[in-house]
Amino acid sequence: MYLLLVFLPLIGSCCAGLFGRKLGPYGASCVTVTCLLITFFLSLFAFYEVSLLGCCVYIKFIPWINSELLNVDWGFLFDSLTVVMCCVVTFVSSIVHLYSTEYMAHDPHLPRFMSYLSLFTFFMLILVTADNFIQMFVGWEGVGLCSYLLINFWFTRIQANKAAIKAMVLNRIGDFGLVIGILIIFVEYKAVDYATVFAVTPILTNKVFSFLSFDFDLTSIICFFLFIGAVGKSAQLGLHTWLPDAMEGPTPVSALIHAATMVTAGVFLIARTSPLFEYTSSVLSLVTVVGACTAFFAATVGLLQNDLKRVIAYSTCSQLGYMVFACGLSNYSVGVFHLVNHAFFKALLFLGAGSIIHAVADEQDMRKMGGLKKLVPFTYSMMVIGSLALIGFPFLTGFYSKDVILEVAYGKYTLEGHFSYILGTMGAFLTAFYSTRLVYLTFLCRPNGYKPVICKAYDSSYQICISLFLLVVPSVLIGFYAKDMIIGFGSDFWGNAMFTTTENMNRIDSEFITHIFKILPVILSLLGATLSFLLYSFGSRLLVQLKLSVLGKKIYHFFNKKWFFDKVYNEQIGQFFFTISYTITYKVIDRGIIEIFGPMGLSSIITKKASYIAKMQTGYLYHYTFLILTGLTLILGLRQFWVFAGSLADFKIFILFFMLSFFLVNKKT
Amino acid sequence: MLDFFLLNVTNLLIFVLVLPLIGTFLLLFIPSSNHSLLKSVALNVSCLLYVVSLFLWVFFNKSIGSFQFVSKLLWIPFLNFNFSLGVDGISLFFILLTTLLIFLCILISWTSVKSNIKEFLIAFLVMEFFLIGVFSILDLLLFYIFFESVLIPMYLIVGVWGSRERKIRAAYFFFLYTLLGSVLMLLSILYIYYQVGTTDYEVLLTFVFSTTEQKFLWLSFFGSFATKVPMVPVHLWLPEAHVEAPTAGSVILAGVLLKLGTYGFLRFSFPLFPEASLFFAPIVYLLSIVGIVYTSFTAIRQTDFKRIIAYTSVAHMNLVMVGLFSFNAVGLEGAILQSLSHGFVASALFLIIGIVYERHHTRMVKYYGGLVHTMPLYTFIFLFFTMSNIGLPGTGSFVGEFLILAGSFKTNTSATFISATGMIIGGCYSLWLFNRISYGNLKIQYLKDYIDINKREAFTFLPLIVGTLVIGLYPEVFLNSMHMSVNMLVEITHICKL
Repeated sequence: MYLLLVFLPLIGSCCAGLFGRKLGPYGASCVTVTCLLITFFLSLFAFYEVSLLGCCVYIKFIPWINSELLNVDWGFLFDSLTVVMCCVVTFVSSIVHLYSTEYMAHDPHLPRFMSYLSLFTFFMLILVTADNFIQMFVGWEGVGLCSYLLINFWFTRIQANKAAIKAMVLNRIGDFGLVIGILIIFVEYKAVDYATVFAVTPILTNKVFSFLSFDFDLTSIICFFLFIGAVGKSAQLGLHTWLPDAMEGPTPVSALIHAATMVTAGVFLIARTSPLFEYTSSVLSLVTVVGACTAFFAATVGLLQNDLKRVIAYSTCSQLGYMVFACGLSNYSVGVFHLVNHAFFKALLFLGAGSIIHAVADEQDMRKMGGLKKLVPFTYSMMVIGSLALIGFPFLTGFYSKDVILEVAYGKYTLEGHFSYILGTMGAFLTAFYSTRLVYLTFLCRPNGYKPVICKAYDSSYQICISLFLLVVPSVLIGFYAKDMIIGFGSDFWGNAMFTTTENMNRIDSEFITHIFKILPVILSLLGATLSFLLYSFGSRLLVQLKLSVLGKKIYHFFNKKWFFDKVYNEQIGQFFFTISYTITYKVIDRGIIEIFGPMGLSSIITKKASYIAKMQTGYLYHYTFLILTGLTLILGLRQFWVFAGSLADFKIFILFFMLSFFLVNKKT
Repeated sequence: MLDFFLLNVTNLLIFVLVLPLIGTFLLLFIPSSNHSLLKSVALNVSCLLYVVSLFLWVFFNKSIGSFQFVSKLLWIPFLNFNFSLGVDGISLFFILLTTLLIFLCILISWTSVKSNIKEFLIAFLVMEFFLIGVFSILDLLLFYIFFESVLIPMYLIVGVWGSRERKIRAAYFFFLYTLLGSVLMLLSILYIYYQVGTTDYEVLLTFVFSTTEQKFLWLSFFGSFATKVPMVPVHLWLPEAHVEAPTAGSVILAGVLLKLGTYGFLRFSFPLFPEASLFFAPIVYLLSIVGIVYTSFTAIRQTDFKRIIAYTSVAHMNLVMVGLFSFNAVGLEGAILQSLSHGFVASALFLIIGIVYERHHTRMVKYYGGLVHTMPLYTFIFLFFTMSNIGLPGTGSFVGEFLILAGSFKTNTSATFISATGMIIGGCYSLWLFNRISYGNLKIQYLKDYIDINKREAFTFLPLIVGTLVIGLYPEVFLNSMHMSVNMLVEITHICKL
C-alpha cells in the first residue's frame, strides 16, 4: 500500500503522458484524477496508521548505488512528518487536478498538463518519503524539473520561457549547496541514510571539518549547505527571484507547486534534518535571520504589486519566511504546522485567483478589475475567507500557526528571536494590508475593466467551485482542529520525526510572554486590514498624492521593482558572467592565446620558415656550390674548433645558435 | 567451426575482434552502386557484433579482478612482442559501448550519407576493429599501434564526409593534435621495452619503475592521453572536429574516442606508474577544474549547436578526470560510470543535432525555434537528454557525477567544490539551448521541413534512453562487474601511498 501511494501518481502520469493521444483529454483527466484520489485516500490511511497509531513504516526497496562505502538503497520511510506531508501534497494535488480539468479544458495539451501534474506529485512524494539524502535529492531535482516544465507549459510565451529557465537555474544554485552538504555528510559519516546520520550526529558535534582549507565546525558546515539548498527551493531572500516570475505558468501550477508543495520542500528539509540543525546554534541563527528578512521583504514587495498572482506569490514568499524562521527558532513542529495551514489557504487563494482570471478574460492586472463582488459572488466569498485565513484573522487557520510562530519568536529572548518577532509582526501588518488591497481592488472598488469583459464575467462551473469549497473547509477548520494534536503541549504526534534539544525548547517560555506582545500581531493585522480598506475606499486621493510626491515615487518604485533584486542579478551578475564567457574565456583564451600558441601560430611559423627555406632553392648552380663550400668549410672549421675548445664549451650551444639563427633571419626579412 | 566458438568461451573475444574485419571483407566484394545491400550488410554485421559482445558480459565472471577471455597469439616472438588479448571489468563496458555506438552510427547515417557509402561503412567497421583492439589488447606496443590507428578512419570520416570546407582544417587539427601528443609515448614505450624486455601488460604490472623513471614515463603518456580526453590547453581540436564531422563521426568521437584517454589512464598510467600518478595528481586536478569551469563558461555564449555540445563534452570528460585522480574506488567507479553515461548522453545529443541538421542543414541556434510544435517526440527525447546532460537524478550522469564528487571530496574538497559549480553553469547553457531550439514560436521563415523523427531514428535513441535510465536507476548491473577490477587498481595505488 505504501509503495502504491508513491507510485500511483507515476502510473497516472505515464498513462496520460505516453498514451494521452489515445486516451483523449477526458480519458487522461479521468485516469490522473482517479490515481490521485486513490493516493489521497491511501495517504489518509497512512496518516491514520503512522501518525495516530504511532507505528512508523520503513520499506527497503532495492539497492541503488553500491560502491565501496557509499551504499544507497531505494528506501521509503513513513513517519509522522512524511505522512503529514503526504496528506497535504496529495490533497492539494487531487484538488488541483480536479480544478485543472475545468480550468485547462480548452487547452489542446490537457493530457500533457495532467501528466506533468501527476509526475510532479510523484516526485514530491519521493522527496518526502525518501529514507536517505540522495533519494531525497531525486525528488528534489525531480520537482524542479516538473516546475520547469509546468512554468513553461505555454511554451510559445517568451516570458514563460525566461521564467522557467530562471527558476531552474536559481534552483540549481541551491541544489549545488545541497549536493555539497550531502557530500560532506557522506565523507564524514560514511552514510547517507537519515537513521545513521541522525543517530551519529550527537557524537560528531564539535568535530572540525576542513573545507576549502579552512576549518569549520562539521555540523555547522553541513547545515549551512543544506540551508542553501532550502533557500533555493523555498525562495528565501537572495534566491527568491524565481518564485514571482514562476507565476507565468498556468494558475493551477502556481497553486500546487509555487504555493502549497514544492516551495515548502526547503522547510521540509530543515524539519527533516532537525537532528543536525539542533546542534549548530550559529546556523540556526542564520536560518532565523534569513527567514525573518524574507518574511518582511516579501511582504513589502507584495504591498505594491499590481499583478494579482504576483501579490499572492510574494505573499507565499513571505509566509515561507515565517516557516523558515520558526524552524530556525527550533520550533519545527510550528513551522510544519504553518506549512500545512498555508498549503490550504494559499492553494485556495491561487485557485480563486485562477477563477477570477478566467472570469475577466485572462486579465491579471488588478487595476483593470474591480467590482467583481456581484459578478462572481462564490469566488468572492472564497477569496475573502482565504485572505482572512492568510491575514491570521482570529480563529481561522492562519491565526493558529502564525500567532504561535510570533509568540515563540518573542519567547526566545535572544537577539535573533526579537529581530524575527519585530520583522514578523511588521510583516503581519503588511500581509493584512496587501491582502485587503487585493480583495478591495479586485472585488469591491468600482469596475475598472473593459465593459465587454466585465459584462461577460461569470462564476466558474462546478468543478472549480467544488475544488474551492473543498479547500475552504480546511482553511477554516484545520487550524482549530489540528492545533492541539500537532503543536499542543506534550503531544507525541511527531514521535521521532523531529528533534529539539531541551535547551532549544521554548514553548513554555512563549506562554509566559507579556500579554501585549501576544496580541500585538493580531491587533496589527486587524489594523492593517482596516487601514488598507479605509485608504482604498475613502483615501484614494491621498494615496495618489503620496505616490506622486518625490519620496513616495521613489519608495513606490523601490517596492514595485522588488528592491531591484532582478535588476542587480540580471544586469550586474548575469551580464558579468556572460561577458566573461564571451570576451575572456572564448575570445581571449580559446580563440586567442591557445590558438596563437597552438595551431595558428605553429602553422604560420612553419609556412614562413618553409617559404624562407624554399628561397634557397634558387636553381643556380653557383648558389649551390657556394652553399656547399661554405657549409663544408664551416663544418670542418667547427671540427677544428671542437678539438681546440671542446673542453671549454658545451656542444649544445651550437644547437642553440642554430635555433637562434631562424629568429635572427626572420627579423631581417 | 561454429561449435568451436560456442564451446570455447575464451575465443569469444577474438571473435569479437575479428568480426568487423570479416564485415569489411564482405563489403569489399559488394559493388559500390548497390547501396541497400552495402548498408544492410554493415548494419547486420555491427548488430551481430553488438549481440556477441553482450555475450562477453554474460560470460564475464564478476568475482575475478584479473583479465578474462585471455588469449595469446605469437606475433614477433623473438622480440617478445605478442598479441595478447583480454578484458576486465573496466574495458568490458568500453567494448560494449563501442559496439553499440557503431551500430547506432550506421543506423543514423542510413540516409544522411549520400556519397561514397561503401567507403564510409568500411571506415566505420575498420574503426570498430581498432577500437575493440584498443580496449582489449594487453600489449603496450600493440596498444599504441591500435591507439594511433584509430586516427586514420576518423581522419577520413571528418575530412571526407564532413559538412563544410573547413573540414580539412578540422581533420588536420584532429590528426596533428592527437599524433603530436603521442610522439613521446612511443619513445617511452621503447624505453620500457628496453628496460623490461617485453611490452606484455601483465608482465609489466609486476615490474616496478624507479620514481624518476615513473615521472618521465608518466608525463610522456600523459601528453597522449590528455589530448584525447581532452585536457585544457590541448582541447582545441575537439570543438573543431566535432563541428565539422558528420553526425556519425561526432557520435563516435564523443562516445568512444574521448574515452580512450581516460581508459589509457586507468589501464596504463595508474598501474604502471602509481607513484607518478599520485605525484602529478594535483596538476591534473588543476587542469581539470580549469577545464570544467572554463569550457562551461565558453559554452554559454556559443551559437553553434554542435559547438555547445562539444564544449559540454570537454567539461564532462574533465569531471571524469577529477574522479580518476581521486584514487579511491568510489571516484574510479564514478569515473567509469560517467564515461559510460557520457557515451550515451553525448552521443544522443549529437544524434539529436544530426536529425535537425539533416532536415534543415544548419547548426546555428538562432535559426531554430519552436520545434516542439512540429516535432514533439523529438523534443521529448531532446528534453530527456538535456536533463541527463545536466545530471538530473535518475539519469546516468547523476550517478556518475555524484560518485565522482563523492570520491574526490575525500581527497580534495576545493577541487570538488569548484568542479561542482559546473553543475550550475551546465544548467544554464543546457536549458538555454533546449529552450531556444524547442520552445517559442516556430520560425517558419527558416524551417521548411516539419517531419518528426521517424521509426528508424526513434529506434536509434531507444537503446541510449534505456542505457541512461538503467545507469541512473539501477547502476548495480554495471558496478557489480567492475568492483573487483577497480579494487585491484585502488590496491596498487594504495600500496604506494603507504
